[in-house]
Amino acid sequence: MSAGAILPARGGLAPRLLDWMMRHPAMFTFLLVLPIVLWLGIVYIGSLIALLMQSFFSIDEFSGVVKHEFTLSTYAELLRPANFDIILRTVVMAAAVTLASAAIAFPIAYYAARYAKGKWKALFYIGIMLPLWSSYLVKVYAWKLVLAKEGILTWIFEKLHLMWLLDGLLALPVVGGNSLSVSYLGTFIVFIYIWLPYMIIPVQAALERVPGAMMEAASDLGATPGQSFRMVLFPLALPGIVAGSIFTFALTLGDYIIPQIIGSGRLFIGQAVYVQQGTAGNIPLAAAFTVVPIVIMGVYLWGARKMGAFDAL
Amino acid sequence: MHSDTRTPLPLKIAAIGGLVFLLAPIALIFVYAFTTEEKSFQWPPPGLTLKWFGVTMGRADVWEALFLSLRVAAISTAIALVLGTMTAAAVARTRFFGRETISLLVILPIALPGIITGISLRSAFSLLDIPFSTWTIVLGHATFCIVVVYNNAVARFRRTSGALIEAAMDLGADGLQTFRLVILPNIGTALLAGGMLAFALSFDEVIVTTFTAGNQSTLPIWMLEELIRPRQRPVTNVVAMLVVLVTVFPILAAYWLTKEGEHTEGAEK
Repeated sequence: MSAGAILPARGGLAPRLLDWMMRHPAMFTFLLVLPIVLWLGIVYIGSLIALLMQSFFSIDEFSGVVKHEFTLSTYAELLRPANFDIILRTVVMAAAVTLASAAIAFPIAYYAARYAKGKWKALFYIGIMLPLWSSYLVKVYAWKLVLAKEGILTWIFEKLHLMWLLDGLLALPVVGGNSLSVSYLGTFIVFIYIWLPYMIIPVQAALERVPGAMMEAASDLGATPGQSFRMVLFPLALPGIVAGSIFTFALTLGDYIIPQIIGSGRLFIGQAVYVQQGTAGNIPLAAAFTVVPIVIMGVYLWGARKMGAFDAL
Repeated sequence: MHSDTRTPLPLKIAAIGGLVFLLAPIALIFVYAFTTEEKSFQWPPPGLTLKWFGVTMGRADVWEALFLSLRVAAISTAIALVLGTMTAAAVARTRFFGRETISLLVILPIALPGIITGISLRSAFSLLDIPFSTWTIVLGHATFCIVVVYNNAVARFRRTSGALIEAAMDLGADGLQTFRLVILPNIGTALLAGGMLAFALSFDEVIVTTFTAGNQSTLPIWMLEELIRPRQRPVTNVVAMLVVLVTVFPILAAYWLTKEGEHTEGAEK
């Protein structure tokens, strides 16, 4: 190497090793990625595959022992009414949470992206980041305080003389219950709260990228504010909404703590997985249940990609 | 940016309403930490007291959980910093076979629901006969912390001009000197921001931890147990408030660090 002729040889093991690596960039790259490949590529992916393989085994109904032979009977079990209800309930909840999050997030993101200035911009930043990074359990706990029968929400409804409205909501079949903290309605509100920042951030990013000149052009060409919103701004924000919906949908599908703490006691997919692998000891069924969100998200991501959501992340 | 500077009133109301929705529950935590009510979540609080701060300070289980959480977060962050930076350096600077696969691989642990990561790791540990310990918790946390550091580092590496490194080497710096004097100062703030986010993520993690912790309690596991089977609600209130305070500072600090790092030397060629 010509470098050796110009520069004096360096002593010490570490510098010599580093010099050697600088001259062998392929080897250097290999060493850089080796640990991550060993850990994530082999241990993590390996255990994921091992788990998914389990879903093709079944459990012996009498002895409770896992039979290690290929079968689809565990998947057939997912279609039993009790199990299928769990899947349906989770997917409907995830869809409802996603739609509601988008509706609530849009004005916040719109205002923060295009109107907020200076102090307000900072306030919106903190207002979105603080709930995003605050402890998940503390947020769930805060909602237990809010939704409790003797809590602040009931108090507000009382002060506004709107108790009839709250009672009416709780009297609704299926979504209602004894109090908000033990109803689907409560689960729904908490899910929205916890995942809302994940929706706001990509929508805001998409809205910030819309050039101001484009909006001016729309109004110069005679569009009313409503028209330019519908025909220019909203279509450009849509990839952001789809990107946000990936988070809200996926996170709701996999969560098992929120419905356990605030909810009617009926199981969601995450809880079913937890129960099956833990107390019930039916690992194959637990594995089959985990395949459900993976497949749903696979389809969802494929659709989102077609809508250009990945460019908005 | 916008030609029409007047804000439509309904939009303003909806946006500010949303902000209240986002912040009010967290503010409520601060009020409940001082309530004298012990049995229920009664609002408004019948009285205010500082008594429960003292009681919480005297609780050994809270301290143990806190120290375990801090230890786990510190070790996981350190591992994530090393592995995340190495991977980012490789992915940002060179093209090699399997490069796309690696960037997907890093994201997978947070893209998949935590429960899947948790169960997979648990079954891997039992398969390999690894007993549950602080280290199994750390392994679980490091798995999903890497991506945060990686994302921050890879963005900064891409903005840092490769010419800087070449210039350093041409001027006679060896590999170690180049790393210490040129690369590290350039990516330093990105690593600090990524590290803080990784720390916050690990400090707060509960789902993967329930599968990899065995009998030990991190602070979130302690919280979860209190939520399912409440023992002393006022203590939970105080702990919740302290946890919020602990997480607020890294967020604000990370915000300032990444903001100032926008203009990196060598970024404009």
